Amino acid sequence: MIQATEVKLIDLKKSFGEVEAVKGVTLTIEKGDFFTFLGPSGCGKTTILRMIAGFTRPDSGRILFDGQEVNEVPPWKRNVGMVFQNYALWPHLSVFENVAFGLKERNLPKSIIQEKTRKALAMVDLEGMERRRPSELSGGQQQRVALARTLVIEPRLLLLDEPLSNLDAKLRIQMRHELVRIQKNLKITTLYVTHDQEEALILSTRIAVMSRGKVLQIGTPKEIYENPKSQEVADFVGTSNFFLGKVIRVRGEWLDMETDEGFPLRVRKEEGMAPALGEKFILNIRPESIQLAYPHEATLEENRIEGRVKSSTYLGSSVQYEVEVEGGKKVKANVVNPRKKAIFEEGEKVILTFSSEDVVPIPLK
Amino acid sequence: MWNKKLREIDLSQSLIFLFLFALLFLFILYPLIRILYVAFTEGSRFSLTHFINFFERALFKESFFNSLTAGLMAVFFGSLISLPLAFFTIKYDFKGRTLIQTLGVLPLVLPPYVGAVALQLILGRSGMLNLLLLEWFDTSFPFMEGLKGVVLVQTLHYFPFIFLNASASLANVDPSLEEAAENMGAHGFRLFRRVTLPLMMPGYIAGALLVFIKVIDDLATPLILNYTKMLAPQAYLRVTTIGIEDKAGYVICVIMVILSFISLWAAMKFLSLSEYAMIQRGGTGIPISKKIGGMKLVLVWVFSIFVLGISLIPHLGIFLLSFAKVWSFSVLPKAYTLNHYIEIFYRTPHFVKNTLLYCLLAACFGVLLGSLIAFLLIRGRIFGKAILDAVAMMPLAIPGVVLATGYLRVFHGTPLPWIHQPLTSLWMILVIAYTARRLPYTLRSCYAAIQQIHISLEEAALNLGANRRKTFFKITFPMMTGGLIAGGLLAFITSSVELSSTIMLVPRMEYGPLSYGIYIYMQSAVGRGPGAALGVVAILLVAVGTYLVNKVFGGGSGTAFKL
Repeated sequence: MIQATEVKLIDLKKSFGEVEAVKGVTLTIEKGDFFTFLGPSGCGKTTILRMIAGFTRPDSGRILFDGQEVNEVPPWKRNVGMVFQNYALWPHLSVFENVAFGLKERNLPKSIIQEKTRKALAMVDLEGMERRRPSELSGGQQQRVALARTLVIEPRLLLLDEPLSNLDAKLRIQMRHELVRIQKNLKITTLYVTHDQEEALILSTRIAVMSRGKVLQIGTPKEIYENPKSQEVADFVGTSNFFLGKVIRVRGEWLDMETDEGFPLRVRKEEGMAPALGEKFILNIRPESIQLAYPHEATLEENRIEGRVKSSTYLGSSVQYEVEVEGGKKVKANVVNPRKKAIFEEGEKVILTFSSEDVVPIPLK
Repeated sequence: MWNKKLREIDLSQSLIFLFLFALLFLFILYPLIRILYVAFTEGSRFSLTHFINFFERALFKESFFNSLTAGLMAVFFGSLISLPLAFFTIKYDFKGRTLIQTLGVLPLVLPPYVGAVALQLILGRSGMLNLLLLEWFDTSFPFMEGLKGVVLVQTLHYFPFIFLNASASLANVDPSLEEAAENMGAHGFRLFRRVTLPLMMPGYIAGALLVFIKVIDDLATPLILNYTKMLAPQAYLRVTTIGIEDKAGYVICVIMVILSFISLWAAMKFLSLSEYAMIQRGGTGIPISKKIGGMKLVLVWVFSIFVLGISLIPHLGIFLLSFAKVWSFSVLPKAYTLNHYIEIFYRTPHFVKNTLLYCLLAACFGVLLGSLIAFLLIRGRIFGKAILDAVAMMPLAIPGVVLATGYLRVFHGTPLPWIHQPLTSLWMILVIAYTARRLPYTLRSCYAAIQQIHISLEEAALNLGANRRKTFFKITFPMMTGGLIAGGLLAFITSSVELSSTIMLVPRMEYGPLSYGIYIYMQSAVGRGPGAALGVVAILLVAVGTYLVNKVFGGGSGTAFKL
């Protein structure tokens, strides 16, 4: 049975020549977490994964598994399972031999190797493929072999380096469910690296958003999406509209603000916020919280901004609008389920409205 | 359906195809067919008697096994040198590894028969080492006697083929495949045996088979070392001393061709397998080589210096000999002179001149033929591409002795119209032989050069308003010249040291090229100096040529010599 492991990274640093890939990362991954490192390419997320697997030596800092430092433990003794982005299946070995490889390294008796390998292949629905070569499998099947090969050794951690990026869209969605199912069944601590925010939101119990070698924010998918702590996080996870606003009045739970463009906005005060008059915030409004209406139909009194439709893109399940507001700023708005609603044409005058609850103030640093 | 197919066929291309095929047939296929015919007939009826006779004669049987043994030994010892060198220079990152890579290819610039002479001076019965052994320990060792000497020379000359191919396939192993093995608990030698070695195997085997083919082909080394109990020298001796009517010579030729064809076929088979190591290569950004230091680094250097030191001895020997006034029964020459160079540049300048002339012509013909064939293969709308390709690549597996014997058989008794002399009495026969023998190399270069020009690159130019002529001169031609020049250079340098067909085909002494000159000079003790001087010229030619080829190819050292 797999024993879930807790991972601690303490002030982890790594440079490649002049480039600082990881600039002092400290975080804890709880037992049984599905923990995702999310960030654009080159943000250092893969480097962290490779340091945890033991392929890359950190310049400084510590890596702890269940409280024990593993910095000096070579990769072949760490017992962490890694699924590579390109799967790294050995082309000269059959599917069975690929999966049995790690068991053979552990000098298990033949009968046990046979049994465990069969079970692992069954777990990923690959019975009957034992004798095939990796090159005779589809991308999705290769992916499953890689997963089975990794899980069969009952690793204390499962490391996944952009495992779905080489699959086509449909297969990717199917494999996501598969991954979640297997991870929940095994209760194995899983570290996942991706640049796909949607994937991160769907799969993870917790996410670390990274940029340029640093962790920007750690939280549950809901926290990350709904309460981003910085503009960078809000921008990277989903799309967003940003206004720069100044506090002009505090009224109980509400703040009255004025944006740089001169729009008056009412914002709900976040817990623990003690804003001073005149303090500036970045105001983050997700496109899906914005409604569009013709000027005579708009009902909300507060948070109204006038604008002119610049473009509309019909996506089936929603319509994406770009609306130019006074001062030239373009605001993105998503109207879902447009089936029975009017579709605004380019050049039409509209009113943008949104609830005060949906404006998230981010303190300026 | 046939109508449709016929419509897709281009008439002018078909005419070029016929012309090319006729040429290749006349100078490659037909001589081979004639040899086969003679070997397999008795009074115009099919018969295996000559083969049975062959294996009943002790001398031939011994020659057959000696050639096989030499091939296997050269592969074995060559692997002992090459595999560690390849592993060190690809897998380890340390100062000087490029130097080791370059020195590891250097033996190729020394024609093996030149190396044979030099090695005799150093390791021979009264060579440098044995004189020292006698002086210090009162003993000597016959390094160069018999088959031993042949194997020694051939190993030292041909091991780079294994080194290059093994290095290339090792460098192509995706590092994540090894990391995955480490992740699964394998490391050290176990990891090498279970993952790395099997993945680099196809490339290594291809290199090994290439060495085997070269050893079977090598006529000059055994001749220079005066050891004739091998297939190539036996064929040569039968044809030159008994005459071209002697059946045994043809039988030997057929046996050599069969051995080479089997090896070549196997090599290609293995190489096509080696592509699997490259799937999904790239994008991982994982460095292949690890930094090393300490004891490991010392061991790497000790090994490299030892084997490369030995393999570079012949270079040193030939250099010394070319300046030596007297060098016999002494460790180093007793006096030095420039006379040997004066001799070869003023008294017998035709050797160098002939080589330049023949090889330049052979290179030009080769590139012309190669690019035409390559163009037809890639862009042609014709029948019979596969046959054209197969025949053009065939010389890879036709030993020089065999091709020369075939030419003698086909052209010897037939005077050409107007000239009233047979082709074999003209120096042109050498140019033809060189062109034919190097055609696979030039064809491959030209093929690569034309293939990299994706048709869409030309279509883009046409689309932007350039007409076909402008497109050719502005896009197609500039893009392919590099490859064509490289192919020509390659043909030039390999032809300039070609000896196995040269010895048999030189019509008259004054038509002889450099390689022939070396061979003739080396027959007598007084000729060794000028022979060595010619050897140095040959080395320089090949070295400069190789340098230029790599410059044009842009690849690492020795890109040109990979199969």
